[in-house]
Order: sequence, then structure tokens, then C-alpha cells
Amino acid sequence: MPKVHYLNASYGLKSWLLTTDHKRIALLYLASVTFFFFIGGLFATMIRIHLLTPGGFLVSPETYNKLFTMHGVTMVFFFLIPSIPAIIGNFLIPIMIGAKDLAFPKLNLLSWYIYIIGGCFVLYSFSTGGLDTGWTFYTPLSSIYSNSAVTPAVIGVFINGFSSILTGLNFLVTIHTMRAPGMTWFRLPLFVWAHYATSIIFVLGTPVIAITLLLAGLERMFHLGFFNPAMGGDPILFQHLFWFYSHPAVYIMILPAMGVISEIIPTFARRPIFGYSFIAGSSIAIAVIGFLVWAHHMFLTGESVYAALAFSLMSYLVAIPSAVKVFNWTSTLYKGSISYDTPMLYALGFIGLFLVGGLTGLFLACLGLDIHLHDTYFVVAHFHYIMVGGAVMGYVGGLHFWWPKITGRMYPEFLARIAAVVLFVGFNLTFFPQFVLGYLGMPRRYHSYPPEFQALNVMSTAGASILALGYLLPMVYLVWSLKYGAIAGPNPWPATGLEWKTASPPPTENFDVTPVVDWEPYDFEHRPDLALEPGIGGLLPAHGDD
Amino acid sequence: MQSQLPLYPEQASNFAPQVDALMVFIIAICVFFAVAVTLAIIFFLYKFRRKSTGEIGVAIHGDMRLESAWIVVPLVLALAMFAWGAVVYVDFRRAPTDTLDIYVIGKQWMWKLQQPNGQREINELHVPVGQNVRLIMGSEDVIHDFSVPAFRVKMDVVPGRYNTLWFRPTKTGKFHFYCSQYCGTNHAIMGGWVTVMEPDEYTAWLSGSSGTIANPVLAGEKLFAERSCLACHASDGRGRGPSLNGFFGGKVKLADGSTVTADEEYIRESLFNPSAKIVAGYQPLMPSYQGQLTEEQTLDLISYVKSLQAEPAPSTGAGATPSQGTQTTGKK
Repeated sequence: MPKVHYLNASYGLKSWLLTTDHKRIALLYLASVTFFFFIGGLFATMIRIHLLTPGGFLVSPETYNKLFTMHGVTMVFFFLIPSIPAIIGNFLIPIMIGAKDLAFPKLNLLSWYIYIIGGCFVLYSFSTGGLDTGWTFYTPLSSIYSNSAVTPAVIGVFINGFSSILTGLNFLVTIHTMRAPGMTWFRLPLFVWAHYATSIIFVLGTPVIAITLLLAGLERMFHLGFFNPAMGGDPILFQHLFWFYSHPAVYIMILPAMGVISEIIPTFARRPIFGYSFIAGSSIAIAVIGFLVWAHHMFLTGESVYAALAFSLMSYLVAIPSAVKVFNWTSTLYKGSISYDTPMLYALGFIGLFLVGGLTGLFLACLGLDIHLHDTYFVVAHFHYIMVGGAVMGYVGGLHFWWPKITGRMYPEFLARIAAVVLFVGFNLTFFPQFVLGYLGMPRRYHSYPPEFQALNVMSTAGASILALGYLLPMVYLVWSLKYGAIAGPNPWPATGLEWKTASPPPTENFDVTPVVDWEPYDFEHRPDLALEPGIGGLLPAHGDD
Repeated sequence: MQSQLPLYPEQASNFAPQVDALMVFIIAICVFFAVAVTLAIIFFLYKFRRKSTGEIGVAIHGDMRLESAWIVVPLVLALAMFAWGAVVYVDFRRAPTDTLDIYVIGKQWMWKLQQPNGQREINELHVPVGQNVRLIMGSEDVIHDFSVPAFRVKMDVVPGRYNTLWFRPTKTGKFHFYCSQYCGTNHAIMGGWVTVMEPDEYTAWLSGSSGTIANPVLAGEKLFAERSCLACHASDGRGRGPSLNGFFGGKVKLADGSTVTADEEYIRESLFNPSAKIVAGYQPLMPSYQGQLTEEQTLDLISYVKSLQAEPAPSTGAGATPSQGTQTTGKK
């Protein structure tokens, strides 16, 4: 390990809380996002235990409604949306393009503080009455009828939105203006392309949810009639505004994960990615078309038949770029030299779960089928396959892939492979039964249910206990590896990206000399600097060995 | 716990076989792609596993023909799914004209349903088998959703407007209905049963309980008089507002030149937001009744307006326009 790196360049609480180093800010995010993941996971655990019996096993109806609401709000706004961009993206984008930091380091720190302040408001809501509106905050339930602490929660989510906007702005400017010499647009890692697309959604979409929740909050506090039909408002207007952001928000969660997968697969197949420009372009296509599908959440609100037709058609169109990605990833395996290291297992798991999640989206985009499937457990299963099966597999896979870069240490490979398999199996056992439950007609957000649905609910809860183990295992061994993990060296896999040309962990300024890029992305053939034999490590012992 | 696990609910309406066929079609396409991709991945993982540590793969950067193929083929299949789904949905959203109309009001956390003759039920719905049934649904508070999995139908019930859904039961029996849109504390128990009966049984059931019926047309007529509606909506057409005789179900020409159908939603809107769609030739003089009428009173008024026939003869509840019968349709 290098003697001086970003982790030990300075000491003390102040050096962390006032840091403008994107790598340290990424770790601040890692700590706080993990905290929220724990909270959200705790709520999920209680939900699954409660649903063991038809009458409800654990808590009162009020409490159950609060549990699934707080689970959703925590996981969506405080875990999934910031997870990959604010942690892995924050850490890697400057290094991947050969920059010293993001374009606006102080704004980057500010966005973390905004996230924390927003999080405090939401935690205040949770601990003073809770929140029972559903994470969708549908009016007039949220703005008039709910007796829970809605106001601090919507203020918290409103504030948190600015964190996303600033992060997106920072990424866009950085990618446009701070690429190293030779790092052309079509030499950018696909991870960076994915974050470019995500940032577009951050910047264009987030203001809409922020103002929408603010309007709902104002209606609640001052009895204004934006959405209240008794005052001439329209509750459906809220849904249009809400989903205008919240559907693209799904792409905020999945696009960065797709970016992670696009890095992992060529690394462990040791060949250039198949169809680079199609994968890059499909990210942008998803971000753009993703803004035109929102009312597919509203086919049964009574919206015009013509609107429903248009939104169904657009929803089918947005599926195509996702399919293109899957086909290209699969083709990248063809004539590769494939190893089954942990990040690769996560990438393969991602493809499997994303396939199911994406394909089941076709059922819900289908107008005729959505009449039956809307608001059932089929929807719950579908979006968990995307947001947990897809986004979280990508996140955990990415953490493993770049863990050596972030910490300078390797995680225990055997345990990590076990955890990846446990996660995959546990996830499927938890959520696959919910597809069947949904087709049988079990509505979502039910604290009790008819007895004929019990068997499948018990299966789901049993799966969730395995899934929980799959999450706890990495938390334990990743922490263990901080002290006991093998020294990684600059490029343990080896991989082709610029981030692997600097030391692990990197120095504060990322590179001692601004790198010049004269190779194509994911090219192993013309890279004699890559040490392909194990045990030799990478090329750049810039700071000497530890 | 049941001994066997069914994979789909009972098929008990005209939509159930249509939706299930659509489901099978999309499952077939999706399973094909999922299996093809999975097998390809497994094959590649085995065939191209790393054989020596220093080995690298073959540099293949892409192939335009393949890219085009896997854009075009999924696109065609996606359009097929879209088209079939659209056909079923349009059918679902356009009710036929010979429906048995039932009013539904959702409120936290119960359903109030009203048969055409005024017979009221709570969390229960009785309908005859083989008859087209249309539910005209409003909410007193938050958004609810009326769903019957065995019929494969569902529609949000939104405050401030009416949403309708229709179905034709094809099987007698008792079927669960649920609230499918999260509506607060007791959302999960805001459900009940649809009882589908033979037509003669249904007629007998209707007449058997007629003792407790509050006739909605009579109630509406009373309200119409109490709220001085008649002062403007004179039956001779000389009032400050249009005559409502024979008004319901017809096309109405509006002041801005467009036309609307005088359905439940239009009457409702005209009560609460009267200036939104002014009938051609009249002034926007009507005051809003927002906050002054309950959902039930609104439905009573609509029932009364529906009952008014083209001839200026005040109704006593027996009359009905032919297409939107308030009369029960016990016999087919």
C-alpha cells in the first residue's frame, strides 16, 4: 500500500466533516446510506414477519401502514437514489476521467449535508407519529386525511431533492469539462455514460418532485386547494406530477447499476464490451424516453383512453434500450476469458434478476393486463426485482469490484462468493412468490389478507430471512477486510479503466501526474501494462510498497 | 392454509378469459427470451471459462446486424403486446349501452352500493349472471379502488369525479372484491363479496328486500324542489337554465361549440363546477353546490335527472330513458 493516500492524508473529525475530497465525501455517503439501509431493512423485516399469518402477526393496522410507508420512503429516497451515484459514482467519476476532483468540490460536500438534513427531518417524522401515506404520498390522503407526521416527512424529501440536483449538476459539469487529455466521449467508461444519463434525470426530474411534495405539504398546513376536490383541486394532478419524477427515479436507481455491470463484465471476460456505443446510447435513450412514460402508473385512475394508449406505447419503447443492454452484455461473454470472481457473480445475478424485473414490466405496460395486475403484489414483486434485484445487486457488486480501490484491501473471496449466491437465492425466494400472489389478486399494502394467500406469504417471509443473511454477511466481512484483508495493489483484477492506473487507495489528488489516455476502453490486447498473471499486482507503485 | 396452490384466480366474467389469454401470450414471449438469454449465458460461462491465468478474450467490438436484429425483433413483439393489450383495455373502458347501472360510493373504510331500484347494500354486491353491469363510482374522501380479481376488473374511485367500470359475470357464486388503492388505516379490510345469481333469483332478491328501499328518484325529486333547481331548470325550457327533460344520455351542444354527452359525470360536474361546460345559449349563472351535497344526494339528483323523460311530465320514479335504464333488468 502507498504510505500516503486519501485516507491518511489528514486526521481528525474536522478533516472528514469539512473535506472537499470527493473520495472522502463518498465515504461519508457510504456511512450514512448504510445507516438508512439498516433502518429500511428493519422495517422490511417487520413487514415480512407481520405477514406470516392472514390476520397479521406482529403489529396493529396503523403500525403496519407506517412500516411499509417508512420502508419505502427510506429505501427509495435515502438508500436507492443516492447509493451508487453518491457513493461509487462520487468516488470514481473523477478518477475514471483522469480529474483531480469533481468540478464543484464544495457543492459536493454541501449535497451531503443537505442529504443529512433531509434525513433528519424524515427521521423526526418517523419518531414523532410516523408516516402512513405510502411512499407515493397520494393526495388527498396525505394532504388532508392522514393523521401521521406527513409535514416533516415531505419537508425532508423536499430538502433531500437538492442533494440529488447538486450531485447531478456536479457530474454533468465534471464529465463535460474535466476529462483528461485523450479521454474522448467514446473512450469514457460506460459507468460514466450511465451516470451522465442519471444526472440528466437528477437535474430535470428532481425539481418536479420537490415542488409537488411542497404543494402537498402546503395543502396540509394551510388548507390550500391544489389537490383537494372539495376546493376545486384535482387529486389526479398530484399523481401526474409525482410520477413525472418518480418513474424516471426508477431509472436513477437502475442506470448506475447498469453502469457498474458494464464495467464488471468486460473486466472478468477480459475482452472489449460488445456494442459500446449501443450500451452508451441506450443509457441516454432510457433517460429521455423515461420522461415520457409516467402515466402508466395511472391507467386505472380514469385518465383518458387516448392518454393510456400513448403511455402504454411509450412504456414498451423504453423497454427496448434495456433489452439492447442485456443482449450486449450476454454477447460480451462470447469468446471471452471468463473468471467467476465475486463481482462477476453479482453481475450475472444482476442480469438474471433484471431480466425478470424488466420482462415483468412488459406485463404491467400492457393495458389489458394492467387492469388485473395494477396495485397487486405483482407490482410489488416487479419493482423489487428492478430496484433490489437490479439496483442493489449492482450496488453490492460494485462495492466488491472497487473495494480494493477504495480501501486498498481485498475482501475474503470465498465468503464473498457464498454471500453472492445466498443473496441471489434469498431474493428469488422472497419475491418470486409475490408474482403469483399478485396474479391471484392479493392487493398490495394489506396488513391482513384472506387465508388462501397464506402459503405464498410464508414462502416469501422464509426467503426474506435468507435474503437478510445475504446482506449481513458482506457487512461483516467487508468491515473485517479493512484490517485483515490482503493488500490489493493498484490493479488486482486487472481491469482497463483509468482508476486502476493509480494507487489503491488513491492519493488525495488521484494522480501524481495528469494521465494521458491513448487506449480504447476495455482493450486488453494492446495493454502490456496490465499484469495478467496473479500475484504481480499492477504497474504503478507510485508511493512505494507498504 | 389450502392444500394446493392455484396459479390464477377463478374466471368469472367476460374479461377473465381475455386477460388470461393475454397473460399466457406475454408469458410465452418472456419465457422464451429469459430462457434463451439464460442458456446462452450458461453456455458461454462454461465454454469460454478462463483456462490459463494470462489468457485474454477475443476482441469483438460489435456487429451491426446483430444490434439491428435485437432492436427490431423485440420492437415488433412489444408492439404486438401493446396492440392486444390496447384492444382489451378499450373494450374495458367503453361500456356497452345495455348495462345494469349500480352506484358505488367508497369511503374510509366501507363500500356503499345501490341497485337501480334504490336497494342499498354495504360491502356486498348482488348481480345477475350474464347481464352487463356497470358500476358508477364516487368517493367521499380519499382515492379508493374497486377490484374483483375473479372478474379481472379494477378501477380507481376518485373523489370529485365518477369513474366507471363494467363487466358481465359469467358464473354464479361469491367472489371477493377488494379496495386496491391504499386509503389509510383499514384499507386491508375495505372489501366484501360480489354475489352472482341466476337472473330470476336476482329479481326475487331485489323484490324480497324492497321494504327498506329509499327510492333514489323520489329522493332526488325532493332535493330538486328543496334546492330550487326547478326555478331555473323549468321543464318548459323557458327558465334561465336548460330544461332537463330528456336531457340525460343525449348530446349537449356547449357554448364553446363543442359537444358532450350528458352522462353522470357531466351532471356531477355541472353541480359542483357549473361554469366549466355551459350549454349553448345559456349564461353561466348557476351557483356551485360544492360542499352542499353529500355523495348520496348527488346520486339521488342524478337518478332524478335520468328519470326525466322528453315530454314535460314530472316523473314519480317509474320512468327511465331506454338506454340508461334506472329500471332493473331482471330479465334479459
